[in-house]
Amino acid sequence: MAYSEKVIDHYSNPRNIGTLNKDEKNVGTGLVGAPECGDVMRLQIQVNEESGIIEDAKFKTFGCGSAIASSSLATEWLKGKTVQEAMEIDNMAIVEELALPPVKIHCSVLAEDAIKTAINDYREKQGLEAIV
Amino acid sequence: MLSFPIYLDNNATTPMDPRVLEAMLPYFNSKFGNAASRNHSFGWTAEEAVDYAREQVAKLINASPKEIIFTSGATESDNLAIKGVFEMYARKGNHIITVNTEHKAVLDSCKHVEKMGGEVTYLSPNEDGLVNLADIEAAITPKTILISIMYGNNEIGVLQPIEEISAIARKHDILFHTDATQAVGKVPVDVMAQNIDLMSFTAHKMYGPKGVGALYVRRKNPRVKVTSQLDGGGHERGMRSGTLNVPGIVGLGKACEICQNEMADEAVRLSKMRDRLEKELLTIEEAYVNGNVEHRLPHVANISFKHVEGEGLMMGIKDLAVSSGSACTSASLEPSYVLKNLGLDDDLAHSSLRFGFGRFSTDEEVDYAIDHVKTAVHKLRDMSPLWEMYKEGIDLKSVVWQEH
Repeated sequence: MAYSEKVIDHYSNPRNIGTLNKDEKNVGTGLVGAPECGDVMRLQIQVNEESGIIEDAKFKTFGCGSAIASSSLATEWLKGKTVQEAMEIDNMAIVEELALPPVKIHCSVLAEDAIKTAINDYREKQGLEAIV
Repeated sequence: MLSFPIYLDNNATTPMDPRVLEAMLPYFNSKFGNAASRNHSFGWTAEEAVDYAREQVAKLINASPKEIIFTSGATESDNLAIKGVFEMYARKGNHIITVNTEHKAVLDSCKHVEKMGGEVTYLSPNEDGLVNLADIEAAITPKTILISIMYGNNEIGVLQPIEEISAIARKHDILFHTDATQAVGKVPVDVMAQNIDLMSFTAHKMYGPKGVGALYVRRKNPRVKVTSQLDGGGHERGMRSGTLNVPGIVGLGKACEICQNEMADEAVRLSKMRDRLEKELLTIEEAYVNGNVEHRLPHVANISFKHVEGEGLMMGIKDLAVSSGSACTSASLEPSYVLKNLGLDDDLAHSSLRFGFGRFSTDEEVDYAIDHVKTAVHKLRDMSPLWEMYKEGIDLKSVVWQEH
């Protein structure tokens, strides 16, 4: 199965690889997937507590090219969005943008889960309820 | 001069040797006859070619030409051996012993037998891939008719103790079948000395064409019979009907002849390549060879690079055609069942690459592979959360993962 150009681009030049300090109050971390499944994504957001805007986003992913590309794309999309806007990111938008084939849709689902988990981690640190 | 992509997946299939192609070509056009046509020279020419190929094949494995049944490949040979013995020896018993690291052609044939009322014992190998002889002995019942254990494993290359296994089968008057797809033409195989009763193999793993293979069926001590799985003209001593694939059979014969002449030198050359690649790649931290390293095929290396996912890794070495034990598709998120059945953790199975060297592999290609795999592993570890956690001293087994 051939990868799309966009997947190859994100794989070859991944955006925003790295680690934010997970202990900071304005950093939310989402670690999803499992090594046994062959996919683990860690996505982190750093939020401006006054404006609610995501100032920075980082990821690290253990997985196939599509999983790496999905999380790389997610960090690009997160930056500059408010937490509320970020909550709206849908996995199908990732599928469309990266032209993922059906067998790789789970990679986009994982990225969406990572975003939501990171946001909820941030919200909990802020004393807010998690959004389901 | 390197030409890309570099093919290092010779356990999946091998390129055809030009000498094989040359031998086959006349049988597509000028010598197109049906080997079963007894009334004219077209048929006789084809029959002669088939007879000659049968001798070439038999010689490579020390069989008699009459013991070679041509098939469409090893999958068909495995089906014919297992289902054919099950049907033919129904009066004697219904129990088959095999191993859970066999090829699907064997495992799924056994499952079919179970549906037909048979009983199958699936043994687990030791963690190095070798089957435990005591386990075989312990699994035997008065109803056991067949032991089917592969010669060399397609994923890790482990060579089973064939002579010891066949000795157990003999002692209990049980037939012994081996799927020798990866071994014939690569290591010396001798059906007489090794007391093999049935043996499957195929042309396209030894530089011959796809779509043709053979089943060795012993004719003496004991005389083995299998029930035909294809009804028709009664070709191949009634065991496999269907017009013979003359060009394919000529190709299989030529491929066997070349292997017979060149196998010994080739094995030395390929195992040197394999050992060099392995030594270099094992300098990478947390890299492990899968399977026994003493008893194995000369041309395959299976290595896990911890905390790097195989499919992602393959994308980083896209100039190299290799395969991975990771199969990250929606149909199955399960990694290689062979590696899992060795008792390997799923994450290590997901992190594996198989390198298969072949007749046309060069040292320059090995150098390229070593460099690029090293680079890709390091690149992917830099973006692996698991690697980071491992480096921080976090026990990954203690983490509660959010499976999806």
